[in-house]
Amino acid sequence: MADLLTAPADTTHALAVSRARRTLPPLSGKLITGIVMIAAIVLFGLVGPLLTLDPRDAGFDPLLPPGPAHPLGTSKLGYDVLAQVAIGTQGSLFVGAVAGTVALLLALIFGVLAGYFGGAIDEILMLLTNIMLVIPGLPLVMVIAAYVQHTEGLGALARSSLLVALVLGITGWAGSAVVLRGTARSLRTRDYVAASVVAGERPLRVIFVEILPNLVPLLAAQLIFGVIFAVLGEAGLSYLGLGPTGSITLGTVLNDAQTGQAVGSGAWWWFVPPGAIIALIGTGLSLINFAIDEIVNPKLRLAPAAARRQRRARRSGRGIGGEEAIA
Amino acid sequence: MSTDAVASHVLEARNLVKDFHLRSGLRTTTLHAVNDVSFSVAAGRTLALVGESGSGKSTIARMLMKLETPTSGRILLDGKATGRRGRELAVYRSEVQMVFQDPFASLNPFHTIVHHLERPIRIHHPRLTGAEVRARALELLERVRLSPAESFADRRPHELSGGQRQRVAIARALAPGARFIVADEPVSMLDVSIRLGVLNLLADLQREENLGVLYITHDLATARHFSDEIMVLYKGDVVERGPADEVILNPQHEYTRTLLAAAPEPENLGRLRDEVRAELGGL
Amino acid sequence: MSGPEAVLTARNVSIEYEVDPPVRAVRDVSLTLNRGEILGLAGESGCGKTTLAYGLNRLLKAPALMTSGSVTFHDRSGSDIDVTGLDGEGLRAFRWDKISMVFQGAMNSLNPVIDVRAQIFDIFDTHRRGMPRRDKQARAEELLTLVGVDPARLSSFPHELSGGMRQRMMIAMALALDPQVMIMDEPTTALDVVVQRGIIREIMRLRERLGFAVIFITHDLPMLIEISDRIAVMLQGEIVEEGTAEEIYRTPQHEYTKRLLSSFPSLTGVRGDFVRTGVSQEGLR
Repeated sequence: MADLLTAPADTTHALAVSRARRTLPPLSGKLITGIVMIAAIVLFGLVGPLLTLDPRDAGFDPLLPPGPAHPLGTSKLGYDVLAQVAIGTQGSLFVGAVAGTVALLLALIFGVLAGYFGGAIDEILMLLTNIMLVIPGLPLVMVIAAYVQHTEGLGALARSSLLVALVLGITGWAGSAVVLRGTARSLRTRDYVAASVVAGERPLRVIFVEILPNLVPLLAAQLIFGVIFAVLGEAGLSYLGLGPTGSITLGTVLNDAQTGQAVGSGAWWWFVPPGAIIALIGTGLSLINFAIDEIVNPKLRLAPAAARRQRRARRSGRGIGGEEAIA
Repeated sequence: MSTDAVASHVLEARNLVKDFHLRSGLRTTTLHAVNDVSFSVAAGRTLALVGESGSGKSTIARMLMKLETPTSGRILLDGKATGRRGRELAVYRSEVQMVFQDPFASLNPFHTIVHHLERPIRIHHPRLTGAEVRARALELLERVRLSPAESFADRRPHELSGGQRQRVAIARALAPGARFIVADEPVSMLDVSIRLGVLNLLADLQREENLGVLYITHDLATARHFSDEIMVLYKGDVVERGPADEVILNPQHEYTRTLLAAAPEPENLGRLRDEVRAELGGL
Repeated sequence: MSGPEAVLTARNVSIEYEVDPPVRAVRDVSLTLNRGEILGLAGESGCGKTTLAYGLNRLLKAPALMTSGSVTFHDRSGSDIDVTGLDGEGLRAFRWDKISMVFQGAMNSLNPVIDVRAQIFDIFDTHRRGMPRRDKQARAEELLTLVGVDPARLSSFPHELSGGMRQRMMIAMALALDPQVMIMDEPTTALDVVVQRGIIREIMRLRERLGFAVIFITHDLPMLIEISDRIAVMLQGEIVEEGTAEEIYRTPQHEYTKRLLSSFPSLTGVRGDFVRTGVSQEGLR
């Protein structure tokens, strides 16, 4: 009585599918495309500034179209656009990474603790979360950014990208917290969590050792969401003049382009590249998120592959019967 | 036997009551899940708790494992009241353990088999070294006949069959050195042909360790064969209790009789068909 | 009564899951279902019984594929239908009308957002187009009465019904078009034993009145022995033993059948040797 009886899967179908999962490559087209895109942009952001001209040097001829000396032309004030875009990418990625991480940590604390402990802790944490959810995000960020940036005594920090990143992080965790709370609540009812409680584990250990490892795909997805929103949020803030004017980010470049009437003067080389990179960051991260979704929910990944295999087998004459088997 | 000996080595539930308050819109109804249930599990003996869904048997298990607080009633270990927090709870947990119903859900898919055993050992024997803890974990695997233990230790749950996982669950229940085991439908989710093997293992371990076992099930047949005493639960009340053979062969309460009549019995082959035919033929 | 007459014949059916490496879920299975008979299909998880049932019904889900064999349906009218060759309209006319199915986990097979009446009417809208509403209502009420449920429950939603009632609903829906064969895949597994007996009794009553044949798939061999006319035991995709209920119970031939039988301790007999007095070692499972 070999494999089929001792196999852990419940049915033959599940058995077949789980064997398949082990032999299928974990990298799908989406994942590879997304990773390549993000890797390229990150590389550009890290290495680019070392290779370009000084982004703060306004000594060049203004509004030059792309040419051999300035591959992306120059801006109205004489800055080299490529240099600005390169350091801007770095700036935007920095804001995205910091804000995303801060938001995730806050979401973890508010969400997982509320979901696991329930009761009074849940009520209090959820009250705070709901307040954060209800307040409109962008206006809140604007108000906080405006207030902070006009506070005395913060000096250079007031207009830095670090501050903007922190503000974005502190205002952006509520949505993730709700998702994490829901998942933590459902995981709390799993038998293996009850088993470790019965074995005598302390609550914090149960959260870290039993629940968090099973949340990793979800955490990765939430982090990526956080980064996307932070990058876009920062661009939006900068566009409104509330961004980190002390630093250079893609958003500040766009803001400069807007105030410098780039569209009116037809200087496409000034506003298209930063916009395009922001869009590419969003696309690449979203593709990675879809790929993570598929890993977490195998039905999404396996259904088309399964149907493809069945079609292939039929075409090669293995199957009998009409075409309308339910797929 | 002196009274001391009677009180010792017994896990006792006295007058357990559990009510749940369900909210439906603006109204609140009270669900009386467990109504004044008392029983005791003695070392070396098995008590079967038989009931269908809604009988309260799972709630009783959770109360015994201190996962739920009784609305009223007490749980006594060796004649002494048991606490719900701190040191008292830790001691209780080292004496009373549980085997869960679902072999696929009671092991964390993220961790290795040996991790599941090492954690309880470490918690209840904090002075042991890492090597000693692992050695004990491997020994436990051997005792539940997962041999050679080394080959099972570092696997993950999804690599084991249902029966093997349930053996790991039994090993985990024994890891802290428990004297009482609450087995909540330990084989109902396993393939039929391996159920007896797992129940026999539990029976062997009980004999070797002089464990007290509370066997919760809806299956009267295995309850009869694997326990000394049976208690029948219906909607939170104990409707019948007595020695296993007595309850099965000479049921007193109507519900017990209904349960017995409803259980599939191959000796009755063809009877249902004839009954139905006679009933319809008479129309 | 004349001798047994076949209503469904399966010959050398093999079904594979097209994964890498391919899994042969059903291997060269031949089986005959006679008119009005209850055929029990016994086996444990992974033996292929559900796959076979889906194959007989043309409900196989990718990547499953029937790689050989034939399934023939012998209609009441006398004609034979090649089930594996059906397509499009023919398949739609065949499904639920000639063979219907009660699925495993019937609790999850009912649409939670529409009431029961709408689900039954759906069957008529698909298979009996143009049926007047009055007739649909009458037939729906008749079906519920048949399975022992108050026709007023037609307005209920699935979550308002108990487990047993939901199961009866599934059976009523399976009977809607007066099929000649009903395939039931573990229909009572999740139910309490008392409710289970009620449902089984209902199925047998319906069988006597309406004359359909049943393929009853379950791992509960004692139950099959009680209610089936014939039983087939499946292991790893093959039928290892077949016979009348009495033969399987009293004179099992195959090792696996014997092993299955011995896995069910007797409720009323003498306590066996597996009582807690020390026992032969079970293999590593």
